[in-house]
Amino acid sequence: MADVRRVISVLVENESSVLSRISGLFAGRGYNIETLTVAPMPNSNLSHITIATNGSERVLEQITKQLHKLVPVYKVVEHEEMVEKEMVLIKFPIDENLADIQVLCGAYNGGIVNVGPKMIIGMVADEPSRIKHFIEASQRYNPLEVVRGGVVAIER
Amino acid sequence: MNMNGAQMVCEAIIAEGVKTVFGYPGGAIMNVYDEIYKQDGFEHILNRHEQASVHAADGYARATGEVGVAMVTSGPGFTNAVTGLATAYMDSIPLVVISGQVPLSLIGTDGFQEIDAIGISRPCTKHNFLVRELSELPRILKEAFHIARSGRPGPVLVDIPKDITAEFGDFTYPEVVSIPSYKPTYKGNNRQIEKAIDAILKSKKPLLYIGGGVVLSNAFELVRKLASMGQIPAVETLMARGVMGAKNPLLQGMLGMHGNYSSNMAMSETDLVISLGARFDDRVTGKLSEFAKYADIIHIDIDPANIGKLVDVDYPIVGDVTVVLEKMIAKLEGKINPDRYSDWREVLERYDNLHPQSYVDSDEVIKPQWAIERLGELLGEQAIITSDVGQHQMWAAQHYPFDRPRQWINSGGLGTMGFGFPAALGAKKAHPEKTVINITGDGSILMNVQELVTAAEYKIPVINVILNNHFLGMVRQWQTFFYEERYSETDLSFQPNYKALAEACYGIGYDVTTKAEFDEAIKDAIEKDKVAFINVQVARFENVLPMVPAAGALYNMMLPKKEEEK
Repeated sequence: MADVRRVISVLVENESSVLSRISGLFAGRGYNIETLTVAPMPNSNLSHITIATNGSERVLEQITKQLHKLVPVYKVVEHEEMVEKEMVLIKFPIDENLADIQVLCGAYNGGIVNVGPKMIIGMVADEPSRIKHFIEASQRYNPLEVVRGGVVAIER
Repeated sequence: MNMNGAQMVCEAIIAEGVKTVFGYPGGAIMNVYDEIYKQDGFEHILNRHEQASVHAADGYARATGEVGVAMVTSGPGFTNAVTGLATAYMDSIPLVVISGQVPLSLIGTDGFQEIDAIGISRPCTKHNFLVRELSELPRILKEAFHIARSGRPGPVLVDIPKDITAEFGDFTYPEVVSIPSYKPTYKGNNRQIEKAIDAILKSKKPLLYIGGGVVLSNAFELVRKLASMGQIPAVETLMARGVMGAKNPLLQGMLGMHGNYSSNMAMSETDLVISLGARFDDRVTGKLSEFAKYADIIHIDIDPANIGKLVDVDYPIVGDVTVVLEKMIAKLEGKINPDRYSDWREVLERYDNLHPQSYVDSDEVIKPQWAIERLGELLGEQAIITSDVGQHQMWAAQHYPFDRPRQWINSGGLGTMGFGFPAALGAKKAHPEKTVINITGDGSILMNVQELVTAAEYKIPVINVILNNHFLGMVRQWQTFFYEERYSETDLSFQPNYKALAEACYGIGYDVTTKAEFDEAIKDAIEKDKVAFINVQVARFENVLPMVPAAGALYNMMLPKKEEEK
């Protein structure tokens, strides 16, 4: 069976060891984690975890079922129709062509978010494939540091 | 009521109706032991190793179907308990294990006897709790018992920092549990059940594939009823021995790596597998692509993750096997025609006549299979049999005539050597009226041999029948078959004097080399009513057969020699 990519949202009780239960499940059973993000949900005691993963259909089904078995897990959503976004921050030296960098960030719906004496920082939030392209395109401006944020997704 | 955390633990154990707790004190759990000293709601058994405490609680749980409770201290106390937790986890046994932890203020500082119990036990418990506030303790204890026994059962760890057991607060044990994220499915989807019934009625060669879930769900009578109303042949896994009853003509036997010929052939040729609380373990299926190749599969399991994990399922039914079978039987009544499957039963009967479960007996030396059959003749239905892990375990599963579930207690999933003796202690505490025999080997028995002291102190007269071949027999068997007889580190010729060892711990020992001595020793041990070691010298190079080599197809079995070929 060929591997497919999938984004899964997991709603969990916001307790101290819950992230280790989930990451431990993936590690222990040999499932892949491409990205993982977690943040508390507003006005509740739940957290929203978004996991981008890949595997065969059998493995993906197991991932969903095994996640469900964890006691603090309320809900597991395997996204099909979704809006998926990821964020990236890139630090450039101040002596690069700042106008070019601004245009590049703009082309990916981002912009310059910070300027210091020695560097500027660009930010882009977009689909993961577009983030990849943006990082590739930014290479000609000698980025000093690239930090990706991991995927978040919401059902359409 | 105002009380300290330690007393709350005791009150919860009493409220849950637990009569026996197995454990071992230490620094971080001392407050609880102080309250144990003051109470008389349950008995505490001091094992001589924490692993044995958890196995004993496990044996108690398997023998009764109730939650077993063990108590250990932090650090090494807890790490010693991990094997016990993992053993129970793999076989879905309901346990609550209470562990002490260093005080909250010391957590994370590498304090004395501090270890991350929650982190370590996460993959080998159904769930675990670190208690952070005294006010949570009553709820957590209630939830721990609920989670352990509900849905697919399993062990739950409650890790309690020492300062919490000392602190005082109000105690009301909750009457109900509400965990919105934990709702096991019991009922089974009616439409799927209908479809499965149609499949059974249309099939020509149906086969009941019975797993340990039937024991856990106490569904054996329903399984027997389903089998009998359709005269449907059945096979049992290692964990399900006793469900059908040894004398039941529909029972083919145990299937899998050491299954008998007709069971494995039945699975290879069936056109409809009716899986009841079984999980398609690799020791059962052999090569997956050849497993039940011609069959559609009905899979009834309370754990949805078991369905479709290893084999594709045609009729998935998530639910408690008891609830699902009640519905199925009601709907099949009057519709199912036992004659429909008579050709199929004849085929299997022919297979069984061709290669029955057999061994070649000897007059010179005791064959291990003989010893087990003899135990069956002497004790039959009235004994509870526990076992350790290895050849003796397989021979016991093959040759003992188990008549009821919970009569056979062994570590199937994890395969824990050293399980049998402490588990026997737990089973005997639960059923003092029954004879409890641990069938063990000369390798396994040494792995919890300190329990001789526990058994003697508390007068728990379990009988250990050591099938002694001076080998780690199962590994030796694989070395014979697959490693060109290079017996790397499996020769156990250097041995303790088992009789003297038992007697040094105030038990009773027997050395047995003949069949007559065997009978005498069993009878005498039962009469003496003391913990016993019966050291039985058995044929050294006997192999467990039939055998399906690992990852081979079930129908390719190495078969035992027949009497005429010896």
